[in-house]
Amino acid sequence: MRPFAYARADDVDTAIATVLARPDGEFLAGGTTEIDLVRQDVLRPGLLVDINDLPLDRVDDLPDGGVRIGGLARMSDVAEAPGVAERFPVISEALLQGASPQLRTMASMAGNLCQRVRCGYFRDAVSPCNKRDPGSGCAAITGFHRGHAVLGTSDKCIATHPSDAAVALVALDAVVRTRGPHGERAVPIDEFFLLPGDTPEREHPLEHGELITAIDVPGAATARRSSYLKVRDRASYEFALVSVAAAMDVRYRTVADIRLALGGVATKPWRARTAERSLLGGPATREAFAEAARRELAPATPLPQNEFKVELAQRAIVRALTALADGDEEGGTR
Amino acid sequence: MAIHVGSPPLEGTSKARTVALTVNGEGVELRIEPRVSLLDALREHLGLTGTKKGCDQGTCGACTVWSDGRRVLSCLTLAVAGEGHEITTVEGLQDGGELHPMQAAFIAHDAFQCGYCTPGQLMSAVALLEEGRAADDEIAEWMSGNICRCAAYPNIRDAIREVRDAAGGE
Repeated sequence: MRPFAYARADDVDTAIATVLARPDGEFLAGGTTEIDLVRQDVLRPGLLVDINDLPLDRVDDLPDGGVRIGGLARMSDVAEAPGVAERFPVISEALLQGASPQLRTMASMAGNLCQRVRCGYFRDAVSPCNKRDPGSGCAAITGFHRGHAVLGTSDKCIATHPSDAAVALVALDAVVRTRGPHGERAVPIDEFFLLPGDTPEREHPLEHGELITAIDVPGAATARRSSYLKVRDRASYEFALVSVAAAMDVRYRTVADIRLALGGVATKPWRARTAERSLLGGPATREAFAEAARRELAPATPLPQNEFKVELAQRAIVRALTALADGDEEGGTR
Repeated sequence: MAIHVGSPPLEGTSKARTVALTVNGEGVELRIEPRVSLLDALREHLGLTGTKKGCDQGTCGACTVWSDGRRVLSCLTLAVAGEGHEITTVEGLQDGGELHPMQAAFIAHDAFQCGYCTPGQLMSAVALLEEGRAADDEIAEWMSGNICRCAAYPNIRDAIREVRDAAGGE
């Protein structure tokens, strides 16, 4: 492991100023991605500024029925927070199906959003990889890409965004709040995640020294009836092949409101807006769910090893929405 | 609104420094560089070799310890970042020479073969009971962060159930 300098900050502004003071300065939160990748020589920070003492770990209710999740709140704590578990079950479910209990205890929510891809060619520190070494090429496109993306890809990168929680947050129109050298800003989460395009090394709009202070989830009655379906090679402690974050309000057998996002199939947490438009105001039937899923996956650009994801994603969407619709029927109140 | 900081940025150095840790209730000081993991500090600098290095990349769980009572992976924790926290290792489970009930149950149920993952399994198993995730249909999922190459999983689950039931709850 290469040497690096270490400093521990007590307040947000000092943390930011300390990172800014060196071009190779980085924040250190839970460390579950960062320490791993520094040891693998994929990341080479000269200075790590430990921000774990900053008072950014709260989960607070917002006046609109939403919730403000501190950037340093741990995955395990957020999953169990009453305001999250009761009003946004899709977030709790996504968190608890991610990683392992030990990793969830360590990992921060901001770090979860900023975690790096699991592509083996990115992580081996040797192969051509446009994310790690811009311009060097993409070894995955012609190599092993069974787990890679079929939506939002480019000829520069096809790595899948690995987060589960981010899929739920994208479905719920969360807002990423930051503080940095130019002050504070709020970025809609769908704009926070960038498509690879010609610059796959750029994954989000954060500037050097810009810190995620909180993630706001706006209040949404629909979110009370929401779920996260994760399909993977083994039942636990594994990344998604396909996942579906869904919230749906069915009234008189009609889709009155729908939020849908996909994980495991795209280069960013994928808001399924095409499927949402297809379903909104129409019948909440299995046929309608299948047609919406078909339209969402129509632009998919699979490669030989990940072609199965196109069908799998459609089936997962239908299953998730059918379960939510059946729950509404059984509830009998609408 | 730009950031204005009253105090200058913190000094950060990659050189060895004195790090004060609390391990199993005892204060210890060691001279280490910031890049030293908590796992290496425990094993190589403090001689606490109960905690095991399996993958060294946060996958296997063999290095599981507690920080302030919560289970974490010591391979992905910097030792210097452990300052200010109570670290507990498998050596801290015993009480006055008596095995922790979970350790005794692991022996009684033959919950290991090679034993390499066992310290991590124990630290997770005891934490699991604290977390209230020891119902029959929860144990496997909440122990999933600890890999056992010998596949002693059924016996590990038996041991956990025994301690859970002896404690009178789930």
